[in-house]
Amino acid sequence: MNTTEKPSAGSDTLSDNALVDLTAEFQNSRIQEVLDKLDRELIGLVPVKTRIREIAALLLVDRLRKQFALTSETPTLHMSFTGNPGTGKTTVALRMAEILHRLGYVREGHLIAVTRDDLVGQYIGHTAPKTKEVIKKAMGGVLFIDEAYYLYKPENERDYGQESIEILLQIMENNRDDLVVILAGYKDKMDRFFSSNPGMRSRIAHHVDFPDYSPSELMAIAKLMLGSQNYRFSQDGEQAFAEYIPLRMKLGNFANARSIRNALDRARLRQANRLFASKTQRLTKVDLMTLEAEDITVSRVFQDNGPETDAPDIT
Amino acid sequence: MMTNPGNRLTQGQFSFLPDLTDTQITAQIKYALSRGMAISVEYTDDPHPRNTYWEMFGMPMFDLKDPAGILMEVNNCRKSFPNHYIRVMAFDSTQGWETPRMSFIVNRPKKEPGFGLVRQEVEGRRIRYTVHSYATDKPESDRY
Repeated sequence: MNTTEKPSAGSDTLSDNALVDLTAEFQNSRIQEVLDKLDRELIGLVPVKTRIREIAALLLVDRLRKQFALTSETPTLHMSFTGNPGTGKTTVALRMAEILHRLGYVREGHLIAVTRDDLVGQYIGHTAPKTKEVIKKAMGGVLFIDEAYYLYKPENERDYGQESIEILLQIMENNRDDLVVILAGYKDKMDRFFSSNPGMRSRIAHHVDFPDYSPSELMAIAKLMLGSQNYRFSQDGEQAFAEYIPLRMKLGNFANARSIRNALDRARLRQANRLFASKTQRLTKVDLMTLEAEDITVSRVFQDNGPETDAPDIT
Repeated sequence: MMTNPGNRLTQGQFSFLPDLTDTQITAQIKYALSRGMAISVEYTDDPHPRNTYWEMFGMPMFDLKDPAGILMEVNNCRKSFPNHYIRVMAFDSTQGWETPRMSFIVNRPKKEPGFGLVRQEVEGRRIRYTVHSYATDKPESDRY
């Protein structure tokens, strides 16, 4: 009798007194792996992780409810990630795509990250095909729109961003089975974006706020980054970097983990220079791995409290 | 003698079968995508077998992961041209092929008048044969 129904729509309904096993369902979906990975790879961000866990639990229970035919339609899964730069929004979005894939809410589980440039055209009639092309690429996965508030420019009435928003709204409503949209950006600007686009706000089910990292969390992140590249701090080096972090945080354009990565890149550069200048012919493995205090203290952050001019994150 | 009742156009894959359903089309597209082919939607109202270049409905779609986007485009095309022939074509760019590997019709006009045989007498009472689509007697856009 169910031959015409879509196979994904849980074609056979369980009877009212049937039992379902939540633990078994949870283990079958293998989302614990993704959550563990999230815990391992991302330092801090406790509210975000709790929120992701909650969403995963909701979706899992929803799936069980579907077996009893208590819910029939796909829940709205569109999300908004707000937070300062470098707080891990893209990384979490990647994991989110994986979780949704494992729970069967998206078919492929890939992530397409775009910004205004990829969606909005340069002349009349250019925007719609451009936006649609991106949407088609993202179907079966997650569309991640970084700095989504740039789509809406209230100061220019004829800005093509509005057209792009309208297409997105339509797709977000009609193709809920096909793709999940995640909007990301700074908190205050996103709030302004949502207040001027109430349609967008009402179509987004989950608002997740990403807090800034504390200095100790940033230190842990730095060690994790160095570890993955087979570097490490010497004891003095670690102390110097611990002093560096609060100083850098006070400067403008601090982009959390991204600034830390750039600082480490510069430290590696100085380490290479120091080794080269020292003229020692024989270097041990440890020499090549270790970042000393002097690699960090040369930073301009310590010297004149001015931003480093070569800093790529200062924009 | 009626060899092809209903005068159904037989070009490309599956054209001797009943029309594909959307689920079947999705499955075919999925196969093409799994082979990394670029898929395009094309339409025409001139079904002559030598008319190989049909009009493109939008750009060919590259780097897609899921058939839903293409099916959406097929449905848009059906909406714009309900009485045209519409086909889905998959281009394989791997070296050695570099050619359309799949092509199948997903929409046909309600009434297909079919083809007639045209005989042309040339010198020495020899006869040249060709096929002629009845639909193309009428101007474009009035054909079906």
